[in-house]
Amino acid sequence: MNATMFSALAPILILSLTAIVLMIQASIKRDQSLAWVITAVGFVLTLCGAYYARDFTQSVTILLQVDHWSLFFTSLIMIASLVTLVLSRDTFSPEGERKEEYYLLLVLSVLGAVVLIQSSHMVSLLLGMELMGVALYAMIAFPERGQLPLEGAIKYLVLSACASAMLLYGFALIYAATGELSYAGIGAKGASAYIENPMLIMAGSAMVLAGIGFKLSVAPFHMWTPDVYQGAPTPVTGFLATVSKGAVFVALSRFYIDGGLDQYSGLNTALVVLAIASMLVGNWLALRQENIKRLLAYSSIAHFGYLLVVLIALTYVDAGLVSQSITFYLTAYMITTLAAFTVVSTVAGEDTAKQDISAFEGLFWHRPLEASALTVAMLSLAGIPLTAGFMAKFFVITLGIQSGLWGLLAALVVGSAVAIYYYLRVIFAMSKSTKSTGKSANRLEKLLALVLMASILVLGSWPQPFIAYAGGL
Amino acid sequence: MVMINLIVILLVGGLLSILSERISDTMPRKVAMGVVLVDLLYLLVCLSGMPDITQLQAPVANDPSSWLMHFKADWIPAFGISIELALDGISLLMVLLTLILGAIAISASWTDIVVRKGFFEANLLWSLAGVLGVFMSLDLMLFFLFWEVMLIPMYFMIAIWGHENRGYAAMKFFIFTQASGLLMLVSILALVAVNHGATGTWSFSYFDLLNTEMAEQTAHWIMLGFFIAFVVKLPGFPFHTWLPDAHTQAPTAGSVILAGILLKTGAYGLIRFAVPLFPEAALNFSYSAMWLGAAGVVYGAVLAFGQTDFKRLIAYSSVSHMGFVLLGIYAWNELALQGAVMQMVAHGFSTAALFMIAGSLQERLHTRDMREMSGLWHQMPRMGAVAMFFVVASLGLPGLGNFVAEFLVLLGLFQVNVWITVIAATGLITGAAYSLLLMQRSFQGEVNKKWADYGLADFGPREMLTMGVMMIALILLGIYPQPVLDAAKPVLQSLLELTANPALASAEVMQ
Repeated sequence: MNATMFSALAPILILSLTAIVLMIQASIKRDQSLAWVITAVGFVLTLCGAYYARDFTQSVTILLQVDHWSLFFTSLIMIASLVTLVLSRDTFSPEGERKEEYYLLLVLSVLGAVVLIQSSHMVSLLLGMELMGVALYAMIAFPERGQLPLEGAIKYLVLSACASAMLLYGFALIYAATGELSYAGIGAKGASAYIENPMLIMAGSAMVLAGIGFKLSVAPFHMWTPDVYQGAPTPVTGFLATVSKGAVFVALSRFYIDGGLDQYSGLNTALVVLAIASMLVGNWLALRQENIKRLLAYSSIAHFGYLLVVLIALTYVDAGLVSQSITFYLTAYMITTLAAFTVVSTVAGEDTAKQDISAFEGLFWHRPLEASALTVAMLSLAGIPLTAGFMAKFFVITLGIQSGLWGLLAALVVGSAVAIYYYLRVIFAMSKSTKSTGKSANRLEKLLALVLMASILVLGSWPQPFIAYAGGL
Repeated sequence: MVMINLIVILLVGGLLSILSERISDTMPRKVAMGVVLVDLLYLLVCLSGMPDITQLQAPVANDPSSWLMHFKADWIPAFGISIELALDGISLLMVLLTLILGAIAISASWTDIVVRKGFFEANLLWSLAGVLGVFMSLDLMLFFLFWEVMLIPMYFMIAIWGHENRGYAAMKFFIFTQASGLLMLVSILALVAVNHGATGTWSFSYFDLLNTEMAEQTAHWIMLGFFIAFVVKLPGFPFHTWLPDAHTQAPTAGSVILAGILLKTGAYGLIRFAVPLFPEAALNFSYSAMWLGAAGVVYGAVLAFGQTDFKRLIAYSSVSHMGFVLLGIYAWNELALQGAVMQMVAHGFSTAALFMIAGSLQERLHTRDMREMSGLWHQMPRMGAVAMFFVVASLGLPGLGNFVAEFLVLLGLFQVNVWITVIAATGLITGAAYSLLLMQRSFQGEVNKKWADYGLADFGPREMLTMGVMMIALILLGIYPQPVLDAAKPVLQSLLELTANPALASAEVMQ
């Protein structure tokens, strides 16, 4: 370790420091507002740290790889975490109980996500994933009263533990075949090890895929998603949908690209099956959902199905285009999902009855700003032009066509066509003329909805700067 | 820039009409009307400085400088996507039709819309802006963008201000058109990828993509994607099932825009993109397409005959009339194409007028069921006479625009395939049957006692003025169609030249 390495680790170090300060603060004076402010300052500083670290990109030990790509995603999840933080303030304050620990958990979970994003080694992958996951269990179950959060947390805990076990076993098998734990090492030795011992590599990577698939909630590993989405406090759901899934996908793509996993056709076939299943199952099951958080859960399953197409295309097109597409897609997805959860959180809060689509009726006429933001988010998720989601889908389809993945494209078209129905249901409900009441948004939340809506539209209607930037990462 | 301004005026006008609702309740419709008229006037002023379009030399389809107007600016250079707009005779006709029918639609919404007027007029203007974009863009990505985006305001118009079953109709409309739009997106990207493979550069420009070399099989599949997207919008049999619901449930102004303009985007897409981009594949497919067209003509007419809902009958008659457009396009000779263009314009006026009459009836009677209507002529003679005019126009009475259109299509089609012509020609007879049935059931016959002391108001000056405009348009198209034919002629000729089979062309030279 030398000085530049510490500079490269700035985001991780600042986050760890924030966690320590929070712990000390809690032991001296328990004050929720203070904890909130410390967390916010920590997140903003981390964002600056990520900017600062751009000049020190390097591999930090064998475990972490700090490059522009991972720093971009670090910044992105810091922004998502800030959004979560803003939404959490109202969600957890009115109960008048001691809730400082929530912020500590949030910081730890974000720390895990950053480690995950920068990981270049199976150990750091597992470390990051566990740190992020363990903190998340507690965050999901944080509202002490109520059955749903507890149910969601236990489901997530049990299934995540299974997934981690599979992941570990997969690592062990790959290690047995190649003698390597770093992605680059696996990439270098994988091909020869595959000739010697194909079963070991195949079984190992399939188990890794299954483990990561749980976290990403791609079908058929998606069972936990709707319950956890519904049960978790809304800001936490938003966090889970964006930060957690985004970080895991970045780690997966890094493992896939650096580990040269695209050379194994068996693995590619498995990914194709996962992708098609996710697109169809996700969109299909979303059709009959009444609770908007469950609806978004199924929608996210479908979206990670679309995103897998990009990874599958890696065999056929160059890695630069693939990582550019992943960057664009994940950014668009995260911003859109955050916008949706911001509105759900401000309008419905934690009241399950108000999370029904029918409870959103008349929102257009009572709260036009929030309704417009949710409309734009829904249109973006559906992939309608002029929104970020359309450009994201544009990337997926372009890569699919260049790689000749016609089966996947067919599933994408069918899935997206089905999806329009449930996204429109939300918009239709909002345009009805009925009285609706909800908790009133504070000014910060309104500003947040406005900013997120604007970013979706800007990213969709003038994407050139960001495409160029993503291409240069 | 003129073309950008045309679109921007409408977009800004939409915002203005929302804001104007704060001034007064009746302000939005005035603002909207003003905006559309300003837009129309602006276009006419800009055109007056141009050489007479009928005197223009045939524009070369793949040479933008020979077009009336051409504008290009970078948008997403990473993928060769640009903001490229151009105007030729056919686009110009469609743009004029859009703006005129736009004004008519606003007039139709004058008293029809009672809630959230500002937002309604804004949606109307925005969907007009989208349609203008569709008719003018020559970058395929931009075209797709307008194609999809024009649906959102339309969706809101049906979903918020529609009739009793609006939710279902709006949803069905949106899903049909979006799903087919996705197919088109995949086709566009496939075409661009083929072009990228051949030339090594990304480009979505129409002018670059014409003459893309590709395998026959590839061309066939890509062409099919475009074809389905356009035929759903047209709508052609068997993709028409969204139309009766959407048209019936939409508010009057929405129906006017849907039937008058939106359907034409499908036909325009076929003429502009689906055939010229894949001349050989389209030629091979033309036989099937013509059969679909003939089936649409007959099927639409038969279903129209069986309807009891005034608006639904007109909606099905649109399916029948649009069958002629499909026939005209895939016969792909000058006569038939002229007929198709003519039909697009004439059907725009006649159907818009019929939908307005349906809307006026619903406003007065609160029903669209023709079994409840009878002898309305006695109470509303002006409306009856107007209805009579448009009904006979729609059934193809010689001397009115629709007759010229259908006659030209049949004439052109006869040179290509006699049997299909025979079947399509029966559409004229069945057309007469359902059109007269409409008239008889609603306006003629005994006066229904139910309405006797209802105090039904006849058409007032505003309605008569609107109807008068459309009547004059149809009469002019009927007795002096030459300007429309002249405007379309150079474009059609250049398209025919472009798609002429190279093998055949060289054979002619040999002789």
